[in-house]
Amino acid sequence: MHPVRRTRLLLVLGALALVGVAVGLTTWALRENMNAFYSPADVVDGKAPVDRRIRVGGLVVAGSVQRGGEGLHVSFDLTDGKGTFTVNYDGILPDLFREGQGILATGTLAADGRFTAEEVLAKHDENYMPPEIKEAMEKGGHPGAKAGATP
Amino acid sequence: MWAYLERLWHRLGSPRHFYDLAGWWLPWLAVSSLLLLGVGITWGLLFAPPDYQQGHSFRIIYIHVPAASLALTGYFAMAVAGVVVLVWRMKMAEVVLQSIAVPGAVMCALALFTGALWGKPTWGTYWFWDARITSMLILLFLYLGVMALGSAIASPVLAARATAVLAIVGAVNIPIIKYSVEWWNTLHQPATFKLTEKPAMAPEMYWPLLVCALGFYLFFAFVVVLRVRNAVLEREAGARWVRELAGEGR
Repeated sequence: MHPVRRTRLLLVLGALALVGVAVGLTTWALRENMNAFYSPADVVDGKAPVDRRIRVGGLVVAGSVQRGGEGLHVSFDLTDGKGTFTVNYDGILPDLFREGQGILATGTLAADGRFTAEEVLAKHDENYMPPEIKEAMEKGGHPGAKAGATP
Repeated sequence: MWAYLERLWHRLGSPRHFYDLAGWWLPWLAVSSLLLLGVGITWGLLFAPPDYQQGHSFRIIYIHVPAASLALTGYFAMAVAGVVVLVWRMKMAEVVLQSIAVPGAVMCALALFTGALWGKPTWGTYWFWDARITSMLILLFLYLGVMALGSAIASPVLAARATAVLAIVGAVNIPIIKYSVEWWNTLHQPATFKLTEKPAMAPEMYWPLLVCALGFYLFFAFVVVLRVRNAVLEREAGARWVRELAGEGR
């Protein structure tokens, strides 16, 4: 390669590496804010701030959903396998809200550990499959099996 | 073989030869992309089974995923062209860089728009400021920046160098978009397709998606080649071969 071009190439690659490091350090410094939500383990360990609007995300524990009275009030447990806490919510749940599914809730954590949500969003996972396969998999006893795997 | 490739590379570097060669590619690109898009979209929208959770709304994947993938690939190609502009000062790379910007921005906007349409029934919201969606919005702004910078500077050579720098610096965003769903907690789900694993999707759903994606890529190539040929004519308007070409048309 021509020496002038080699110098230019090294300059371009060097500049790209520097920009990469700068962006990497910035996102590393902001890593708390880069995450869209706190996990249930963070809430249980006291890492999530109290009395501030925060977002939490996790899986709805199967069998924990309780609807109260005639209103829209609902409470359910949220888990990530490392910690579990209860979410209280007054409002309309998204269509994809199911037990065992991932959700995101925006709300405030009280000092006594009660979480009151203002908004609940459903989180979708990366698995796609036709309903018949899902049924066959559940019959075969693989409720959590990945799509594409033969039941 | 190597000598042939080198000759091809040099021919592609000359605007006149590129114009002639690309004229041969265009009909092939047009026919194959239309065919694949027709088959893929019909298959995906009408014949693929619905999803066990989302029902029919998952079908937007047949537009969303190819568009998003092209938005990233297009930007990457633009950054590579930028390196060629700065290091080798190749005229054709300058033309290619500017020609990718508009279709790339369209794909990026399409991915954001279809994502919002899908987000409302699935998540319960059109928009969410998580790392994946925000970095994708930044990609759209980078595309718009490349377009604006390219047309703000009158000298084509200076405009190409300035946009090349922007394209290369912005390429840092590409791995951030790709890995945002793994590095941080996001509302957007992780990738369904991974190079090392079986796709987390039933085969009767992913085959039409692969056909659609290939059709989108070929269509994108068609649009870029069309734009490059057009830009070549505009830039070389004073050259003899272009004047002869224009004379033929009369």
